[in-house]
Amino acid sequence: MRFGTEIVLVGVAAFAALAAAGLAQDSAFQAHMWVLFFVLFVGTIVLMRNTSFAPATAASIPLQTDTESYMDGPVRYGVIATMFWGIVGFLVGVTVALQLAYPDLNLEPWFNFGRMRPLHTSAVIFAFGGNALIATSFYVVQRTSRARLFGGNLSWFVFWGYQLFIVMAATGYLLGITQSREYAEPEWYVDLFLTIVWVAYLIVFLGTILKRKEPHIYVANWFYLSFIVTIAMLHVVNNLAVPVSPLGSKSYSLFSGVQDALTQWWYGHNAVGFFLTAGFLGMMYYFIPKQANRPVYSYRLSIIHFWALIFLYIWAGPHHLHYTALPDWAQTLGMVFSIMLWMPSWGGMINGLMTLSGAWDKLRTDPIIRMMVLAVAFYGMSTFEGPMMSVKAVNSLSHYTDWTIGHVHSGALGWVGMITFGAVYYLVPKLWNRDRLYSLRLVTWHFWLATLGIVVYAAVMWVSGIQQGLMWREYDDQGFLVYSFAETVAAMHPYYVLRALGGALFLLGGVVMAYNLIMTILGYEREEEPIGGRVTQPAPTIQNAG
Amino acid sequence: MSEKHIDEISGVSTTGHEWDGIKELDNPMPRWWVWTFYGTIVWALAYTIAYPAWPMISSATKGVLGYSSRQELSTTLEAVSAEQASLRTAIAEKPLEEILGDETLRRFATSAGSAAFKVNCSQCHGSGAQGAAGYPNLNDDDWLWGGDIESIHQTIAHGIRAEGDDDTRISDMPAFGDILSPEEIKQVAAHVVSFTGTPSDAALAEAGAQVYADNCAACHGEQGKGDISVGAPNLADAIWLYGSSEADIAAQVRLPKQGVMPAWQARLGDPAVKQLSVYIYSLGGGQ
Repeated sequence: MRFGTEIVLVGVAAFAALAAAGLAQDSAFQAHMWVLFFVLFVGTIVLMRNTSFAPATAASIPLQTDTESYMDGPVRYGVIATMFWGIVGFLVGVTVALQLAYPDLNLEPWFNFGRMRPLHTSAVIFAFGGNALIATSFYVVQRTSRARLFGGNLSWFVFWGYQLFIVMAATGYLLGITQSREYAEPEWYVDLFLTIVWVAYLIVFLGTILKRKEPHIYVANWFYLSFIVTIAMLHVVNNLAVPVSPLGSKSYSLFSGVQDALTQWWYGHNAVGFFLTAGFLGMMYYFIPKQANRPVYSYRLSIIHFWALIFLYIWAGPHHLHYTALPDWAQTLGMVFSIMLWMPSWGGMINGLMTLSGAWDKLRTDPIIRMMVLAVAFYGMSTFEGPMMSVKAVNSLSHYTDWTIGHVHSGALGWVGMITFGAVYYLVPKLWNRDRLYSLRLVTWHFWLATLGIVVYAAVMWVSGIQQGLMWREYDDQGFLVYSFAETVAAMHPYYVLRALGGALFLLGGVVMAYNLIMTILGYEREEEPIGGRVTQPAPTIQNAG
Repeated sequence: MSEKHIDEISGVSTTGHEWDGIKELDNPMPRWWVWTFYGTIVWALAYTIAYPAWPMISSATKGVLGYSSRQELSTTLEAVSAEQASLRTAIAEKPLEEILGDETLRRFATSAGSAAFKVNCSQCHGSGAQGAAGYPNLNDDDWLWGGDIESIHQTIAHGIRAEGDDDTRISDMPAFGDILSPEEIKQVAAHVVSFTGTPSDAALAEAGAQVYADNCAACHGEQGKGDISVGAPNLADAIWLYGSSEADIAAQVRLPKQGVMPAWQARLGDPAVKQLSVYIYSLGGGQ
């Protein structure tokens, strides 16, 4: 019977959620358990409607068109999820940007800024970025190991389990359930579930590497593996907490005071380091050589910068707590490790850009390569900006201002967003057996919309952040502060409006991408002139494919 | 696994590894990269010798510069307060009139008062002291309790209707909803509007004149000019705390809103309240 075990397990889980809703100790937990019940109930129904009692055959699962030995079903679903959550995350981002510019848009209680902001950060980091990493890592590890994903349907559990985690985290925020740890807001029961999913992910990935048919492990897989292992460690330690009740939403952290703050920023900083840097470097190391059709620039550089990066990154977290109750010695170490991190980070940029030597002409004709190059350029920019901002003298101006927000977004929109878009544009025609994308010209549109959006966003946040920092420390000739906090908030208004505009351009680019990818998946090909055709006549392979 | 070969475009040997068609070149690491990396490591080591850095068993290395962020903060604070000490003492000791007369003291007190205003007062009176509905604008020359320096000081020090302060300013406009009929309240509201503008109904305003004379004139004056000695607002100007329409005025007659301002003397102490007074006086004081 197809899905026999799955139907039973999901059904039992749905029943358990219903029971938990009935016995809940607080109303938020009760509401959250109703959400969980509803999701699992629908899941059970869907599974039951798709079951069959015929003996299982290899090709009985729809969309399972794997002709060779690779398991690409979860990758296809992952790419669609990446696209979907990306649009959701960008949309919520534009919404919170507008809420900051126009406070009347805060709709109490579910859609106020305090609940929407973690929804935005989690949607873009964990839902968009996480799905992109899981999907591409499953794709890359199979190709570079010449092995099918380990663990059979375990990879499907990773995919669906991760989506359930996203739904529970997102609905929890809107219900007001949070443990108030930045980028780790979900409460203890959602954390526990994610731990199970993540361990399954590690088993699938590591199992595939162990059964590889290549003598060496490709550099992309080192980065992916370091990301999976480190995130597991960070997630478990930072979320150590004691629930008030096994049937309640509230828990208390195992740490307190400055230890708690340091644990949080050890986690928070390395979420950036290992999720948004190491993971996406893994993506870069596969998709740039593939798209450019060039060998990786330097094997030696990749080894040294990999080990230097993962050794140094983990110590840099205290720079988030400069000039706080954190002891001076820890602040010093956080700062010097951040400075030493500069070159190891740039090793990835050098390897990414130099891999294109001999293929730079493709920048003119291939908007996907253009996206990847821009991603690496933004990576280099923000990995210089980061160490600079960790210097205490700079930090005393930049900390708590919009400069930090601008820094994060030049990394997130520029690096993470662009490299993911490039990878997805590469993947979709391959995964759905299409000759080419629906339209390369739409990719160019996406490229320019996103680039313009990022540039507007980052530039505006630099200006507003530095102005904000300067206003906060402005003294008059008698030695008294000049501005009240409310005045500095009011001064930010024009920048916040412009920032929302930058975000909206980026969102629009994402919508163009979604349209392009959906049309590709549906099998359409747009009739269009090849890009850069008038200057030199490119090899007509792209057109002939249509 | 493929054999090592020379990449045609770059002329560099590959490492001989290949994964899914991806090869690696055997380029050395860029020299500038390696040396910059070494440079940051050397700088980091030097910095950790100079500043508190390495954790030991029960404490951490102190650094040869003897730096401490707490020490730095308290040194800076002490330096500033030493610089300001004589001015603060002078302000605490001298009467307000004398502070206003002394250019140096007045400028210092205005700056200090402005800073204290942003922290303590701007929440109600606005960051520009422009006020809001129910909270007086402090930039104009319309003062409920007087705009000379001593009156302003008294108001800030002891507040208005502030609980627990025996010297607080109290004015208690009765709730005329219990005393006058609804019709009379309409009439008197129309009459009050006629001081500065055109009432909706001239006959109504005329009928209100007598009601006004009997009930309101004792505090607000025959011509509605108010009386700062009892905190009765001037009704014959364009400045209204709770609205200027007949309906707003009628509501205020029926059941008056009575704003409260905290007493600041006990919270902020003397130099601060004096400095605030000088700052507020500089805005719209003096009448």
